[in-house]
Amino acid sequence: MVEGLLFAILVFMVLGSIIAVETRDLLSSVIAVGAVGFGLAVVFLILAAPDLAIVQVVVEVLTLIMLLRVVVSRKDETLAHSLRRGAAFAAVAGVAFCTIFLVYGWVCFQDLPAFGEPLMRVSHRYIEQGLAEVNAPNLVTAVLLDYRAYDTLGEATVIFTAIVGALAILRRKGRTTDERGDDADR
Amino acid sequence: MIYYLLAAGLLAVGMYAVLVKRNLIKIVMGMLIIEYAVNLMLILVAYRTGGQAPIVTEQMRVSPGPFVDPLPQALILTSIVIGLALVALMVTLCLRLYQRYGTLDTSHIRRLKG
Amino acid sequence: MNAGMTLIVKTTARLVLTFIMVFAAALALYGHVTPGGGFAGGAVAACGLILMLLAFGRLETAKVVGKQGASTWECVGALGFLVIALVGYTAGMFFTNVLPEGETFRLLSAGTVLWSNVAIFVKITAGLFAVYAVLAAFRMAEEPTQEERP
Repeated sequence: MVEGLLFAILVFMVLGSIIAVETRDLLSSVIAVGAVGFGLAVVFLILAAPDLAIVQVVVEVLTLIMLLRVVVSRKDETLAHSLRRGAAFAAVAGVAFCTIFLVYGWVCFQDLPAFGEPLMRVSHRYIEQGLAEVNAPNLVTAVLLDYRAYDTLGEATVIFTAIVGALAILRRKGRTTDERGDDADR
Repeated sequence: MIYYLLAAGLLAVGMYAVLVKRNLIKIVMGMLIIEYAVNLMLILVAYRTGGQAPIVTEQMRVSPGPFVDPLPQALILTSIVIGLALVALMVTLCLRLYQRYGTLDTSHIRRLKG
Repeated sequence: MNAGMTLIVKTTARLVLTFIMVFAAALALYGHVTPGGGFAGGAVAACGLILMLLAFGRLETAKVVGKQGASTWECVGALGFLVIALVGYTAGMFFTNVLPEGETFRLLSAGTVLWSNVAIFVKITAGLFAVYAVLAAFRMAEEPTQEERP
């Protein structure tokens, strides 16, 4: 039951991503990417990860808002008559590279444990003694904020840097003069 | 095994978009698909057949059943939010580039020096 | 983005915003007992603030959040997380869990995990909202700024 549903949703995601990449209309491809993201949230639910499903749904909605802001606001005519020189070679080379990647991926996947039997060398200790040591029933939070708090500190740093970078790029220089007095947040 | 191959196929589609496409928005969407594929691969490795979500309830304290692996779930959680911050950065770059060059076609942007 | 939307949208936003913020706070505060945690709560609270930004416009949101409010609160959250990490030094090592562990399934249990969740919640909310506020205030010029356009 889990396997059949998982297979169906994964095939749906791959087809949706192919549509997102190949279609010419940008609004349709944004919607297709949204469908892939929501499919991923359903996969998280099927594979027993409720924290991740919540975060994935909310992050997907925020990503869609941001992508729509870019897609709707542009009026780009240069793409219609852009040069086609070298486009066929690029497409063939891209497909060949991805095929070689898949073949080598298949060779490497022989070493992974079979689906449904994870190795869990480190997680045995987290599961057996997590409740006794941290006293938090949510084991994912216990791992994230107690056993692996360094990684969370690193992630907070990365997000801070990315957001400060985004704020620095979109600063005052892009605005018209009548808005300089009433900007809410820099 | 087939699930790993499907996740690798999703990654290959995203890589194809980043390598071949010329529209900047398509490149951003390719990076987004690569990020989905990586999260998907991690959660596929973490699944245990018949396992439950790694949250201990009252009746499970006495007799715990099999849990899925909680360590990759913690890694994916941070990765999802970092992906959102990355998409924000890329979209702001696209907006600035469009304002500066008037086009989102990378072959045009590459030829215009200014 | 100065003016908000119509009256129907504003009334609905007023009603729904309370639920969104309470749900986000519940996700973040009870993160060590139920699924959720600081990241889920922060993302949902950012959604609520963006709803306020879209429905009421930038000026009204600036009255609630404050000018430079988003950047300030993001720094507060990041510094709070660092302070919790440094408090671990009193027990000898960076990031040890020093606060007392209460009984299980209660709110005030699991030591520093609860306060870390709150700090992460503040940081993620303010950070994600700051990006959208700047995106909303960004006006692109009608024609591009450089001269040699093909």
